[in-house]
Amino acid sequence: MSNENVLLSIKDLHASVEEKNIIKGLNLDIKPGEVHAIMGPNGAGKSTMGYVLSGRDGYTVDSGSASLAGEDLLDMDVEDRARAGLFLAFQYPVEIPGVSNLEFLKVSVDAQREARGEESLTSAEFLKVAKEACKQVNLPVSFLKRGVNEGFSGGEKKRNEIMQMILLKPKLCILDETDSGLDIDAMQVVANGVNSQRSSERSFIVVTHYQRLLDYIKPDFVHVLADGKIVKSGDASLAKELEEQGYAWLQTEPKEDELED
Amino acid sequence: MTEQIDKALAREYEAGFVSAVESETFEPGLNEDVIRRISEVKGEPEWMLEWRLKAFRVWQEMEEPNWAHVDYEKVDFQAISYYSAPKSMKDKPKSLDEVDPELLRTYEKLGIPLVEQQMLAGVAVDAVFDSVSVVTTFREKLEEAGVIFCPISEAVHKYPELLKKYLGSVVPTKDNFFAALNCAVFTDGSFVYIPKGVRCPMELSTYFRINEQNTGQFERTLIIADEGSHVSYLEGCTAPQRDENQLHAAVVELVALDDAEIKYSTVQNWYPGDEEGKGGIYNFVTKRGICHTNAKISWTQVETGSSVTWKYPSCVLKGDNSIGEFYSVALTRGRQQADTGTKMIHIGKNTKSTIISKGISAGKSNNSYRGLVRMNPGAQGARNFTQCDSLLIGDQCGAHTFPYVESRNPSAIVEHEATTSKVSDDQMFLCQQRGIDPEKAVSMIVNGFCKEVFKELPMEFAVEAGKLLEISLEGSVG
Repeated sequence: MSNENVLLSIKDLHASVEEKNIIKGLNLDIKPGEVHAIMGPNGAGKSTMGYVLSGRDGYTVDSGSASLAGEDLLDMDVEDRARAGLFLAFQYPVEIPGVSNLEFLKVSVDAQREARGEESLTSAEFLKVAKEACKQVNLPVSFLKRGVNEGFSGGEKKRNEIMQMILLKPKLCILDETDSGLDIDAMQVVANGVNSQRSSERSFIVVTHYQRLLDYIKPDFVHVLADGKIVKSGDASLAKELEEQGYAWLQTEPKEDELED
Repeated sequence: MTEQIDKALAREYEAGFVSAVESETFEPGLNEDVIRRISEVKGEPEWMLEWRLKAFRVWQEMEEPNWAHVDYEKVDFQAISYYSAPKSMKDKPKSLDEVDPELLRTYEKLGIPLVEQQMLAGVAVDAVFDSVSVVTTFREKLEEAGVIFCPISEAVHKYPELLKKYLGSVVPTKDNFFAALNCAVFTDGSFVYIPKGVRCPMELSTYFRINEQNTGQFERTLIIADEGSHVSYLEGCTAPQRDENQLHAAVVELVALDDAEIKYSTVQNWYPGDEEGKGGIYNFVTKRGICHTNAKISWTQVETGSSVTWKYPSCVLKGDNSIGEFYSVALTRGRQQADTGTKMIHIGKNTKSTIISKGISAGKSNNSYRGLVRMNPGAQGARNFTQCDSLLIGDQCGAHTFPYVESRNPSAIVEHEATTSKVSDDQMFLCQQRGIDPEKAVSMIVNGFCKEVFKELPMEFAVEAGKLLEISLEGSVG
């Protein structure tokens, strides 16, 4: 269905939440190793896009297609999409009281390894890689013993998301406003975590309101999402332009040029 | 999502098989003659029979209670049989070699091998099958330490003085309808005596199995921890899968003398009935312990089975500085109903009690916590802390809390905390987005919710309880 060198291919996607159309004809192709930033005003459908792609309950696809590495994403259960290599870093990570971070991480990694036909890691092996991942995002090892996100600060929660990403080694990472609520230091830690995971096989969609995150995570492409579709695409310099001029000038432009890379 | 959760909760009841054992079973019905016959097959002394008959007369004057938040078809006490025992047990096998292999196989299938080489190291087991104890393991080893662990029917003969002194001393005959019935018709259960200053060298456990159809099981357990002694005891229970309801009406009495400590854990997995609420065990149980000076009793229960549960393991904190604890996980699904909790009666000075109750409701079930904390006038400086948490799975189940607090001493402190939460869509989505099956996700979330209670279980059983919960939750996710 798509170019074989495309990791994620979204074609004319329309999706709704509670019968309200949010995504209205989204087109996007992402090749392995690319970093795409999605920017845009509130309510444009940025978070919805992540939920639709990951298959969240209540997000209905009305038409169009989305495939990951040639596989039809929209046909899969949430957990199968994850096992196929789709990772969503949440804007507001939820707490799971009493379930230790370590257990949660091991169960996740085991489930994905099992799906790939790999043997699960022993507890000792896993503990070693988990400790390493903690270091990478600057979280004390003691966080492995705490309940998932239980009593974590905003910044700790975001770093915990990146730790999960490091351990799960996904093909496509969608970072949903991972910078929201972070101070500069915390944002730098998060960005370093992300950058350490960049490779020629792994792609990223970085959803953000602000250009400043893109100073740390340099995107290959920047897209503006407005009213459920991409209204403008460009390179990193587009983000700077948006920072200076805001989004208003885009919304007044009615024309919908094909602005793909 | 709810639909998924329900699906994940619909489970297979693994202990639902029936053993092909030829039994001697009394005709259904209850009257003084039946009680005489029970006493006769057990070869009981006259005083025991008299005690039973007295209880029977008390019971006849009583009415079945209906204050619990449960709704069920009342038991026809004339329609059930009050005694059933494998025929092979009649000759009183002297050793395991003489026990019917089918009985041994039953316990093996349930994961309780009775052959000592295969057993969990450090756990002695009394295996009760319908109305009789099949075997009690590690008795010699326990005797070396002076610990008595035997079927209560044997204790009636061997230790009459202890029985006369303590049987019915914590739960009096007229305590309640089901306790009185139990006093009249109890068949077997365990008897434990830990001598002064002895720390019981092993975990003790009793495994109750109902096998025969149309019978009631009336278990009676008495544990006496003499001054300064210590014991940890665990009971487990299962029954075959049947369309008819069966009655289990037990009485458990614990006596912790000065400075003694008893830890009593239950993993209850009676057949819960099917999705529509057909069949299952009525679990109407009275459990109570008395603490003398500086003594401590700790109840831990994991309740996943039974169609109807009515159970309040309690502590009478009579001695100064004594401590009572209650840790409970009660899971209901399908059409199960549970009304469970505890009573902490503070009589002595500086007595302390802790109640941690975790109720999980799924499907169309109803789960109630009912607890009483009473501070008597003499309970100077007494303290209680209660925490009741309810977790709802889906939107068709119910969670209820009925806490009663009576304080007659102004220096006593009573604290009560309660929360109700749901397995949220956000939590489920997070787990699934990380690649975890919905079923595994629910069981992990529920296990996390129960952690505070599981850590109170003896280690070997904490793992069991976790697994049991996992099986119970299978199919409850949507």
